[in-house]
Amino acid sequence: MKHPEMARGALTADQKRSMALVAPPFLYAIALLAVPVGAILLFSFWTQDFMDVDTTFTLNNYREIADQPIYGALLGRSLWVALCVTAVTVITAFPVAYFISFHVRSERKSLWLFLITIPFWTSYLIRVFLWKVILGYNGVINSSLLQVGLIEEPLTFILYNVNAVVITLSHAFAPFAILPIYVALEKIDRSLLEAARDLGEGVIRTFTRVTLPLAMPGVVAAVLIVFIPVIGDYVTPELMGGAGGKLIANMIQTQFLALNNAPLGAALAIVAMAMVTAVALLFVFLNRRWLRGRE
Amino acid sequence: MSTLISLRGVQKYYGDYHALRDVDLDIAGGEFFSLLGPSGCGKTTLLRTIAGFEDVSEGTVMLAGKEMRGVAPNLRPTNMVFQSYAIFPHLSVAENVAFGLRRSGKSRDEKARMVDEALDMVGLAGYGARRAHALSGGQRQRVALARALILKPKVLLLDEPLSALDRKMREQMQVELIKLQRNVGITFILVTHDQEEALVMSDRIAVMFEGRIAQVDDPETLYRRPRSRQVASFIGKMNFLDATVKSTGPRIALVVAGLGPVEIDAEQAPGGATPGDTSVGIRPEMLSLVFEGDAPPRKIVSATVDEVVYYGDMTYYDVRIAGVAAPLNIAMKNIIGRPVLEVGAPTQVAWDERALVLV
Amino acid sequence: MSLRIYAFAYLIFLYAPILLLPLFAFNDATVIAFPLSGFTTDWFARLAETRALHDAVRNSLFIAVMTALFSTILGVCAARAGAMSHFPGKRGIMGLIMIPLVLPEIIVAVALLVVMVQVLGLGLSNWTIIFAHTLICTPFSVAILNGAFQNLDPAMEEAALDLGETRWSAFRLVILPLVTPGIVSSLLISFTISLDEFIIAFFLTGANPTMPVYIWSLLRFPASVPVVMALGTILVALSVLLLTIAEIFRRRGLARAGVKDTGGFL
Repeated sequence: MKHPEMARGALTADQKRSMALVAPPFLYAIALLAVPVGAILLFSFWTQDFMDVDTTFTLNNYREIADQPIYGALLGRSLWVALCVTAVTVITAFPVAYFISFHVRSERKSLWLFLITIPFWTSYLIRVFLWKVILGYNGVINSSLLQVGLIEEPLTFILYNVNAVVITLSHAFAPFAILPIYVALEKIDRSLLEAARDLGEGVIRTFTRVTLPLAMPGVVAAVLIVFIPVIGDYVTPELMGGAGGKLIANMIQTQFLALNNAPLGAALAIVAMAMVTAVALLFVFLNRRWLRGRE
Repeated sequence: MSTLISLRGVQKYYGDYHALRDVDLDIAGGEFFSLLGPSGCGKTTLLRTIAGFEDVSEGTVMLAGKEMRGVAPNLRPTNMVFQSYAIFPHLSVAENVAFGLRRSGKSRDEKARMVDEALDMVGLAGYGARRAHALSGGQRQRVALARALILKPKVLLLDEPLSALDRKMREQMQVELIKLQRNVGITFILVTHDQEEALVMSDRIAVMFEGRIAQVDDPETLYRRPRSRQVASFIGKMNFLDATVKSTGPRIALVVAGLGPVEIDAEQAPGGATPGDTSVGIRPEMLSLVFEGDAPPRKIVSATVDEVVYYGDMTYYDVRIAGVAAPLNIAMKNIIGRPVLEVGAPTQVAWDERALVLV
Repeated sequence: MSLRIYAFAYLIFLYAPILLLPLFAFNDATVIAFPLSGFTTDWFARLAETRALHDAVRNSLFIAVMTALFSTILGVCAARAGAMSHFPGKRGIMGLIMIPLVLPEIIVAVALLVVMVQVLGLGLSNWTIIFAHTLICTPFSVAILNGAFQNLDPAMEEAALDLGETRWSAFRLVILPLVTPGIVSSLLISFTISLDEFIIAFFLTGANPTMPVYIWSLLRFPASVPVVMALGTILVALSVLLLTIAEIFRRRGLARAGVKDTGGFL
């Protein structure tokens, strides 16, 4: 709009209307997100015995998390799995996004994106279950390999451990990674690339010096979009992880629903959230440093 | 022509920002009026105030004798053509044009007749069934015009209507808008930052800077008698020379740098004159270079050619005269037999003190 | 072009597991393994008879419809406000509304469980799930509708006002038709997300399980695996159908407004 700059002071009628409009979703988010998260923060400082909650402030839950090795191990494993999955999905997704953006005709792009996102919209539960079926002792891979004669005994290292979790999650979150990278690549002004080539840069150098830095916001978004939900995933570790493949979300669920220890579960949730936020911020920060260093 | 729109003491604040300052303006019925100024001068704000999309902080806005403060846009006798034209893409051209007639209670046939008439008036006869989103920029503008004019407003407001068009289209539309306004006979108020456009199309122009109206006049007066240096340099090209006023009265005596003592008429100082330092302006086309065989000029001064720009029909020279730092720009018509001078060549500049303006 | 081969291989890898569904849904065996045993529709028949499944489906549908409605309405409000002028705190407010996109669902589930049960002492019911689903679907709705509202020329609403309409009728006659495809997409996407959502439903389910929760209970029993395959086949077919409709609407919406297709929702 061609309005002059709004200085501090009175709100225009337009602004008032905007604020009235945004109030319902905003208040909804406060009531159903901010308040409950605040509640679990509170809970993490309390204790529970069966059904009674003792509201005296205490750091015991956090102490227990720090002391007992199992929690640290779970958090570490969750972090490791999330980083692996993120690396695999983003690295394998980038060429596909690049392909669609640069090597597909305009009219066909929608179709490719549509095809890529369909699996994303089908039931997550079913897809995880399918991997269980594929990787199982009597599953698709084993029965095929046995049939063909490549192996004599079914493989056991592909299910009920961390590997299975990583494989399954990488498959499930693949489309998440493609879209943000694609959007960033699309935004790149093609004439910049032509200019680089015109000035004598080879294909590889044009890519590393022009395309990749400009696509970085998309890569960062892809990393975050995969990393954050993966670290909090419950279904895949529960179905595929076995004893050694469980992640932090499974422990949180156990505390809440099985062990009736909501405060400990809450503390675990807070710690997990803090860890996720810290890693995400660290990644964004490092990325900015890398970009700035290239200038 | 009687006054149709009257603004008195209008102030407009956005928080701390003073967008319109002490605006007093009268616009007559049936005139083609322009609001001219650089970006951010407040001309669009003023237009929107008349339209009713903005309310004034202080002052009165009268349309056709009625106070308009607090009156919504749809209840005012005005209609607006927006800079982006704001054509509704999901409707056809005819549906777009007929949009404002929705609440008029007219019959289908009557509306269809009016739409055809409106489209004919803007040169889009037969385009009614076309999808609005498939039109070119110039066509969209005509649809916007038809859509506004069909409601027979007393005032048509146009917000930089030609800025989105390419040059050829712009020149064509300028002529068409003039014809249209004469045809329809209502007041047009046009906002533009292009002074050439304003000069070509308007009956009168209000030049604005920083929320204030600097001068309101017809194009010729604005061009020949700008009231301030700001207005002078905004409209067309102007050469400025430092000057000192010695005495005032019906004849003003002054000393102009590089040209010496000069006497001008009081009429050549539209903003008034007081003794002391000031400046004078003279248009490039009011200066000329003296060639062999020319009639002897009224006044003459020696100069050296600094820069030559050849334009085909004209040649523009920058020349330096003694005692003046900045070069003077001179516009010379290229006629047969007249040579084009080279950089560094000595020459003589002919000037007439009747062409000076005190600013 | 090796990149092309890679892209196609990637697509195949993406779809491979899903293609197993119809394969084994019609397979006459209780174990999912090669070689195939023969054609049967028994598993589908079994689905039609299971009462518990029908109840779960009905629950899920109800929840999904309500979620789609609520999140789309909230999404329209937020996207409209977002496309209009800047107001104080806009970034923070929009940020908060969009946060559920980057929050692990377990956090949302746990937080709401604590509030609903321990703090407010409310029982769990379909409505708790509806409220939770609306929370996580609204950001998707906003993302989809943002695109729709930003494609609008803001002057159009003013033009409609100038031509005699009220704010509401201007919205109805000019804005709404141009945003309708986005609204339809938002409804479909929210519906799909809610239908499939598991973890929140698992934590907040009352006496009536949703369909994913029901499926989860089935997964415990190896004998029910083929039935799950059959159910999965139906679900995937349904999702594909809904998505194709959403895509058709999206493209039609763009054609209507004369905007170029940049591909995809986001």
